[in-house]
Amino acid sequence: MSTSSLTAPPIASPHAHGGNSVTLTMFRVQLALLPATLFGFWLFGWPSVFLFLLTVLSCLGFEALSLKLMGRQRFKGTLFDGSAMLTGWLLAMTLPPWAPWWVAVLGGFIAIVIGKQVFGGVGQNVFNPAMVARVALLISFPVPLTQWVFPLPLTSLAAPDFIDGLRIFLTSLPLPDAMASASLLGFSKTEMSRGIDLLHSLAGAQAPALSWLGTRAGSFGESASLLILGGGLYLLARGVITWHTPLAVLAGLAIPAAIGHAVDPGHYLSVSAHLLSGAAMLGAFFIATDYVTSPNTGAGQIVFGLGVGLLTWVIRTWGAYPEGMAFAVLLMNAMTPVIDRFVKPRILGRDRKGKPLSIPEKKGA
Amino acid sequence: MGFMNLFKHFLGKDWGVHPADHKRPASDVPTRKLPIPPRLHLMLSQHVGAPSRPIVLVGEKVRKGQLIAAAQGNISAPLHASTSGTISAIGEITAPHASGLPGMAISIDSDGEDAWIETEVITDPFSLSPEDIAKRVAAAGVVGLGGATFPSSVKLNLGRRSKIDTLIMNGSECEPYLSCDDRLMRDRAADIVTGIRLMLISTGAGEAKVGIEDNKPEAIAAMREAAARFDNVTIFPVPARYPMGSDRQLIVELTGREVPSDARAADVGVIVHNVGTAYAVQQAVCLGRPLLSRVMTLNGGVAATPGNYEVPLGTLISDLVAFTGGTTGEVAKLVMGGPMMGTILPHMRVPVIKGTSGILLLDANEAAGGEVEDCIRCGSCVKACPMGLLPLEMSARIRNDEMDAAADLGLADCIACGCCAYVCPSHIPLVQYFYHAKGDLYARERNKLRTEATKKMALQRQERLDREQREKVEAAAKRKAERAAAAAAAAAAEAAKQGESA
Ligand code: SF4
Ligand code: SF4
Repeated sequence: MSTSSLTAPPIASPHAHGGNSVTLTMFRVQLALLPATLFGFWLFGWPSVFLFLLTVLSCLGFEALSLKLMGRQRFKGTLFDGSAMLTGWLLAMTLPPWAPWWVAVLGGFIAIVIGKQVFGGVGQNVFNPAMVARVALLISFPVPLTQWVFPLPLTSLAAPDFIDGLRIFLTSLPLPDAMASASLLGFSKTEMSRGIDLLHSLAGAQAPALSWLGTRAGSFGESASLLILGGGLYLLARGVITWHTPLAVLAGLAIPAAIGHAVDPGHYLSVSAHLLSGAAMLGAFFIATDYVTSPNTGAGQIVFGLGVGLLTWVIRTWGAYPEGMAFAVLLMNAMTPVIDRFVKPRILGRDRKGKPLSIPEKKGA
Repeated sequence: MGFMNLFKHFLGKDWGVHPADHKRPASDVPTRKLPIPPRLHLMLSQHVGAPSRPIVLVGEKVRKGQLIAAAQGNISAPLHASTSGTISAIGEITAPHASGLPGMAISIDSDGEDAWIETEVITDPFSLSPEDIAKRVAAAGVVGLGGATFPSSVKLNLGRRSKIDTLIMNGSECEPYLSCDDRLMRDRAADIVTGIRLMLISTGAGEAKVGIEDNKPEAIAAMREAAARFDNVTIFPVPARYPMGSDRQLIVELTGREVPSDARAADVGVIVHNVGTAYAVQQAVCLGRPLLSRVMTLNGGVAATPGNYEVPLGTLISDLVAFTGGTTGEVAKLVMGGPMMGTILPHMRVPVIKGTSGILLLDANEAAGGEVEDCIRCGSCVKACPMGLLPLEMSARIRNDEMDAAADLGLADCIACGCCAYVCPSHIPLVQYFYHAKGDLYARERNKLRTEATKKMALQRQERLDREQREKVEAAAKRKAERAAAAAAAAAAEAAKQGESA
C-alpha cells in the first residue's frame, strides 16, 4: 500500500462530523475569558488595555513571522485558529496590569517563538507557552514583574486618562508610591519574613475578604477570580473542558491549605485566600486545562491537576516566589508525557496491561 | 441527559457520541414497496466469504425465488432470482464499494409477472430440529442484514457447537439517518419474534435479549407486545448512543460480559444477530421464501421522498432514486449504509445487495468535511472511543510510518466506528489513517509470510543440495572403500596364492 491513501481526499467513513472545530473551541475559551478581562480593564484602567492589546498583537505577530520563516503552507488558517491569540490573552492576564510595553513584546516573543514554535508549532509544545513566558519574564525582570497597583477603577478621578495611560505604558515610569502595592500573596510573604504572623498582618486593608470582590492589587486577571470561575463553568457546560483538571487543581491546592491553616493559622493562609489569589482560578480552568500540555485521559488529568495544585501550595508556602501556579504548571507539563505513558484507558477486551482477557470457563462445558 | 448518563459522564464511562439522528420523519412513514424495475443485477458476492457460483445460463428463463447461484465453500450463501424473467447477462458491473471497481453479477430482465416458484410452507415450524432450521436458513441465502452480511446459518450452527446461552438481537440501529430496522420492528414485530424463537431453537440458547435504542419507543412497544407471551424473549431499551449497535458494546450493555480481544462473542456464550435477520429467518423457515428483497432507508438532505422502502435485491440505486421522485438538489455525497460507517459510492448505477441498510443522498452541507488541521491533543477522540483506544497517538505513529508502534497501541482492536473522527475539531481523517495502517500491516504480514515461505523453500533446496552432495561424497567414499577393500582382498588372495606357491 502506498502513502497516497493518506494524502488523498478522505473517502473513508465517517461521512458526518460533530461540527466542532479548533476555531470554535478557541473562540469559546476566549468568550469565557471576556467578562474577567472587561472587569480588569475597568479596574486597572487604560494602561491595562494597552498591555492586553500589545501582548495579543505581539503573539500574533511572532506566530506569523515563525510560520513564514518555516514556510508553513497553511498560513492563514493556522495563524487565525485562535491558539496564538489565546496564548497572548492568557499571558496578559497573568502580568501586572501596568507593566510596560516591552514586557508585552518580549513576553510574546518568548511565548510563541521559544515556548511553541521551537517545538514545532501547535500541538507539539511540551510547555504551556504563556507560562513559559510568564516565568522567564519573572526570573529575568523581577522588578517590573512584581509591581502591582491598587485598583483604580476607570470611573474614579485618580485613574489615568487615555494619554496618561499611554505614557505610563510607553515610558515605564516608576510607579508613584501611592499607587504601588503588593499582592496578597506577596504581602503575606514579606510580612512573614519580617516575623509578623498572618493573623496580624492580614487584619487590615489586606483582608482576604477583599478577594471576593476582586478590588485589590494583583495581576490583571487575578482580581476577577469569581468571573474566571464563571467562565470556567461555561467551558465545562460547553464541553470544552471536563471537570477532571480544574477540580483536581483546586483540590490539590485546597486540601493542604485547609490542613495547614487548621494547624497554624498564623503561618498558613486560608483556603479562600489561596483559591482566590494569584492565578489559582485562571490556572485551574484555563491554564492547566491546556489541551496540548496536559494528559489526554480523565484519570491522567486528575493526577496532573492534583500535582499542579499541590506544587502551587508548596511553592507559595515555602518557595522564594509568592506566586506558584506558573511554576507548578510548567513542572507538571514536564510530567505529562510520563503520566500519559502510565495512565492509559483500558482497551475493551484487554486487561490493564494490554493482554487479551482470558476466555471464561463455561459452565457445564 | 438522564441521571444515569450524567453519572456515567462524570465517571468518564460515556464512550461514543450522540450524533443528530435525522431518523424522523422518515421512520414514521410506513414502508413502501418498490415495483420491480425492468432489469436487476444480482452481485455474486453479497456476503462475507466466497462468492456464489452461477448455475444458470444467459437466456435461461427463471422464476422468482429460483436458485441462480449456489454457495461455494464453508462460508458462503446462495443467490436466488428476485423476480421472474430472463437471465440477460452474467458479467461485470460496478460493485457497491468506494473503489468503483467492478464485480461479477447475474442480470435478470424482468418479465413483469413476478411469478414465484413453488414454496414449501411449514405449518408447525417449531417442531423442526435445530439442524433443519439452519438448513432452511442456509438454503434461503439469509445473511446478516445489519450490514456485516455474514452467512446466518454458519452462525446458527456455531451456536450449537460452542454452547451459547444468550442470543442477542440487535435492534439498536444506532447509525444516524437509518430507520429500516425501526420500521420493520413496528410493522412486523410478530414475524420477527417468530424468527427469534426459531433462532433460539437453532442455536440452543436459553433466552433472547433484544436491545433497542430508547429513541424508538414505538418499536419497543410493538416488540414488547409481540414478545409478551414468550418468557425467553425479552426487550431491553438501551441508551441511544453511537455505536451501541456494535457487537462488543451491545454485549456489555445487555449481559455485562466483555468479549476478550482475541476471542469471538461465542466464546463468552453469546451470539449476536440483527432483527432484520430474524425476519428473514421467519420468512425462510415458515414460508420457504429465500431472501429476495429487503427493507432499506432512503434519506439525506436531497432525497425527494425520504422513507423506508422494500426493495428487490439487485435494484439499481438509480432506479430506486428515480422511483422515489429523484433528488431535490445536487448530491454531494452518495453513501450506502449509515453516515458513520457507510461506504461512499462512485455513482448510482450500483445495485442494492443484501447488506444495503440505506442509501443516503447527502447535500453539500451534510457532506462538508472541514479543513484538516494539526492535532491539538484535545483528547476528544480518546473520550469518544468506545474501545478505549488512543486515536491521537495511533494516528501520530501512522503519520510517522511507525506501523508497529500503532499496532502496539491496539490498532487491531479499532472497530472503525468513526467516533474519533466525528468529534475531532481538527478534522483529521483518523479512520482513514487506521484503514491505511491496517492495510499496510496486512500487506506486510503477507509479505513476511511470502518471504518466509521463500526462505523456507530456499533452505529446503539448500538442504537437498547439501544432502545430495553429501550422499555423492559418501557414495564415492563407499565406492572407494569397496574398491580398496576389493583390492586389499585381491592382494591378500594374491599373497596367499604366492605363499602357497612359495
Ligand atoms: S479508534 Fe477506532 S474504535 Fe476508537 S473511535 Fe476511532 S474508529 Fe472507533
Ligand atoms: S480529537 Fe483530533 S485534535 Fe483532538 S486529540 Fe484527537 S486527533 Fe487530536
